[in-house]
Amino acid sequence: MEANVTKPFVKKKQNMKRYFMEGDGKELSTNKASKDMKKHSPEKKGSKPIGEKRFKKPIKMRTYSDKDGQQKTQQVFKIDISKTERHRKWQMKKQRQAQGEQRKLQHRKHMREQQDPFPGDAPIPKERIQKYERGEHIKDTGTRTGQGSRKLAEQEKKLQFAARQAARTEILLHEEAGFLEADEGEDTTSITQHDLAGVVDITSAQKFFELKLPDFGPYSVNYTRNGRFLLMGGVKGHVAAIDWMTKKLLCEVNVMETVNDVKWLHQETMFAVAQRQWTYMYDNQGIELHCLKKLDCVLRMEFLPFHFLLASANSKGYLSYIDVSIGEKVAGYSTQMGRLDVMCQNPSNAIVTLGHSGGTVTMWCPKLKEPVVKMLCHQSGVRSVAIEQAGQYMATSGIDRTLKIWDLRTYKMLHSYKVPMGAGQMAFSQQGLLATGMGNIVQVYKDSCRQEVKAPYLTHNLTSSVRSLQFCPYEDVLGVGHSTGFSSLIIPGAGEANFDALESNPYQTKQQRKEAEVKMLLEKIPSDMIHLDSSMIVQVDKKGLQETIEEHNKIKYLKPQKMEYEPRYKAKGKSRGQKVVQQKKGVIEEQKREIIKEALVEKQTGNRAKEVNKHRQGNVLDRFKRKVD
Amino acid sequence: MKVKVLSRNPDNYLRETKRDIHKVPRNYDPTLHPFEAPREYIRALNATKLERVFAKPFIGSLDGHRDGVNCLAKHPHQLSTLVSGSYDGEVKVWDLTRRECISSIQAHDGFVQGLCAVPDGSSFLTCGTDKTVKQWSINEEGRINPEPVVTLLGKTVFQQIDHSLGHNSFATCGEQVDIWEVDRAEPVRSFTWGVDTVHAIKFNPIETHILAGCAVDRSILLYDMRGSAPLRKVILKLKSNALAWNPMEAFIFTVANEDYNLYTFDMRKLSMPLNIHKDHISAVLDVDYSPTGKEFVSGSFDKTLRIFPYDKGHSREVYHTKRMQRVSVVKWSLDNKYLLSGSMEMNIRVWKARASEKLGI
Repeated sequence: MEANVTKPFVKKKQNMKRYFMEGDGKELSTNKASKDMKKHSPEKKGSKPIGEKRFKKPIKMRTYSDKDGQQKTQQVFKIDISKTERHRKWQMKKQRQAQGEQRKLQHRKHMREQQDPFPGDAPIPKERIQKYERGEHIKDTGTRTGQGSRKLAEQEKKLQFAARQAARTEILLHEEAGFLEADEGEDTTSITQHDLAGVVDITSAQKFFELKLPDFGPYSVNYTRNGRFLLMGGVKGHVAAIDWMTKKLLCEVNVMETVNDVKWLHQETMFAVAQRQWTYMYDNQGIELHCLKKLDCVLRMEFLPFHFLLASANSKGYLSYIDVSIGEKVAGYSTQMGRLDVMCQNPSNAIVTLGHSGGTVTMWCPKLKEPVVKMLCHQSGVRSVAIEQAGQYMATSGIDRTLKIWDLRTYKMLHSYKVPMGAGQMAFSQQGLLATGMGNIVQVYKDSCRQEVKAPYLTHNLTSSVRSLQFCPYEDVLGVGHSTGFSSLIIPGAGEANFDALESNPYQTKQQRKEAEVKMLLEKIPSDMIHLDSSMIVQVDKKGLQETIEEHNKIKYLKPQKMEYEPRYKAKGKSRGQKVVQQKKGVIEEQKREIIKEALVEKQTGNRAKEVNKHRQGNVLDRFKRKVD
Repeated sequence: MKVKVLSRNPDNYLRETKRDIHKVPRNYDPTLHPFEAPREYIRALNATKLERVFAKPFIGSLDGHRDGVNCLAKHPHQLSTLVSGSYDGEVKVWDLTRRECISSIQAHDGFVQGLCAVPDGSSFLTCGTDKTVKQWSINEEGRINPEPVVTLLGKTVFQQIDHSLGHNSFATCGEQVDIWEVDRAEPVRSFTWGVDTVHAIKFNPIETHILAGCAVDRSILLYDMRGSAPLRKVILKLKSNALAWNPMEAFIFTVANEDYNLYTFDMRKLSMPLNIHKDHISAVLDVDYSPTGKEFVSGSFDKTLRIFPYDKGHSREVYHTKRMQRVSVVKWSLDNKYLLSGSMEMNIRVWKARASEKLGI
């Protein structure tokens, strides 16, 4: 760096007070300052040269001897510096001071920069900012006034600032996501769980365990939203809830009936079990709380946590929604599509997806009787459906041994893979890993949505067939329920490393859990706000607004006639003054309303009649006839 | 092979002792926060509903007057002192904290038409239908000296009185607008424009030499104390009952009109109002601004008080009680927390300016 030394500012002396002039009036100012002043002063048009303008009157005569020795006289003048001149001088002084200040600042900045090699704000990579941007950029089209466009520009600035600030908070995150890199020439596919367990630290190695429960049939598994508690339900009636990290048992009960599905409700305090005939709700101590006879022969259940809705699909093709917080059935539809045993929810917009034996996948919301979306995905039956966390990709697998990845924004197929046998179960992890259970084998694919995948990321062989799969939230763990029990597998890079404690906290205390429950209930979204686009509430209801404006315009031009109405006075104080007036008002309003309705109807029919008449009469050549007013 | 499996140390996420606060790690990634828009909508809805649940604006009433309350004056330095004048000529000083009357005097023979405080807080001025202006001294506790300091006699009935904040002079209005100085027995200056009575007069709190008044010929007049003639006049469709200057914007004032509306004008351009505030269902009788200049309160013949934002056309709040009759005078307290309304049934009521605010009362 070259030394850019700035000289300190030195004030120039100003001592010009007198001009020395020769007898003939020719200017002879020798003073340096005056010369500078001449340089800086702006030349006005038609202004006299400085010297002439200056002097007023000679004060005295001074004689001096020249170098030749001649005697010369000199007139000494007192300069009357006029007001404008004084002002100009002041201005220049200010200018010089400002320049001095600037130089000082520059010097300071230079000194600072010498110590700080990266001045200014830290740069943020664009992808990170894009992650935190929501929605499209505000486009300034259609504003007619400058004020309007300025407002929009300000709003856009605020949104960008918010996105940047959110991107900066990433520096505060504690944990980093897991990963697995194979050696050169090796593939991650060949790495077994035992290898992994041997290499990682003790706490992580403990996450790979197996529970041998051969007696009570294939197990369905479910983790709570914060990934702390695990619920297992064996088909032969064994239901158990454990804290899988500490291996502490919450409850264990045998319900003495076939158990089709088990699901945690909003917290680890309650869970629902779909039994042979009806659905039951149990406490975390195994105490039966409710028996829901409305939900009969349920095969699959899904809990929508932000709406407190339990969606259940039964063997007779009936889909029903129950509001768990108030215990009411919100909606129930007979889908007419046969036995429903493939079900999945879209975590980003709470739409329930069902897969059918004809190869179609339908999407439902509690408001509508018909499915919102109906897609033909496979040529034969759909075996399982899974939807990614952000709600962008859907994976379906069919009996025809294909696995297809669909884009849920455009409903187009992205990839299609051929697999050795139909994947009976599928699950997406928080980081986008896809786990498939095909018979005895569990395969995990990495990045299957955005690009074509050649080989699985990890694979594991079990001793019995897989019944259900779920990734544990916020952990690098995959829980597999199979015919002889439960296995927990380590999948590096599956879980979200940094949880948000205000959303779901795996380390929450009892007090925090209680508060969280209250907050969740206060924020419960009503079921009629479930749409394909979850942010529809924020958008302008253009259609509704248009309709109201049109209605207003229709009514404006109707003048109701004056109403005459005399109420009948009842005897003996029954008709009090106030009541009489109210009655009169009410009757007049009613009559007005009737008249307005009739007038509107008349107007509409009148218009139509006019139009019809217009078309009937008249020749093609009528337009050339002279109009007679 | 390189492996890293996510393993959290519980010590980083659990608090050490019971006296610590809980650790709350945050992650602002949008994928971890689904349903942002509906949840925010529900939260906003709940907050509004709760605000209405906790809206209990009425604090208390000051009763003691034997006739309807005609005017109120705020003490310039003491928040808990209030002076009120009624239709029987009585002037009372109230202590708002205990809601009691400190002292009362029979100030005038007829109505107490106008009441204002002298800015240094040592005295206040009253004017009445008995054509007098009297200055009363008030001590720190709020006791009025029963003998007026100064009595000024006029030729005609005075309708209202107001004191300038920057000059040692006050103005009265009636048949004409007079500017007085305290030590002079005759008005220093008189303004007339036409033959109609001016029934409201207010000094601008910022440009302290400017006055505005409302006259019976449906007009609003602007005067400059230093000039010899009135400045401007604008005529509306119906008569204006009261006027209030915005304490934060030097040139904005609001008038309360008979046609159920309030009009906000810019003094520099009287041809069009800046805003029309519509919500009352009967004539608006009085208006007063909040000390922040962002809102004002209006009292009307329809027994209600309404609070309007300064730039909106409709009110944000309405206060009414079965027992409160025509609201003749309203005031907004100088700490921006309370409203005072004087009404025809001889009561002065104290309200909260923001109905769901927790004030510890």
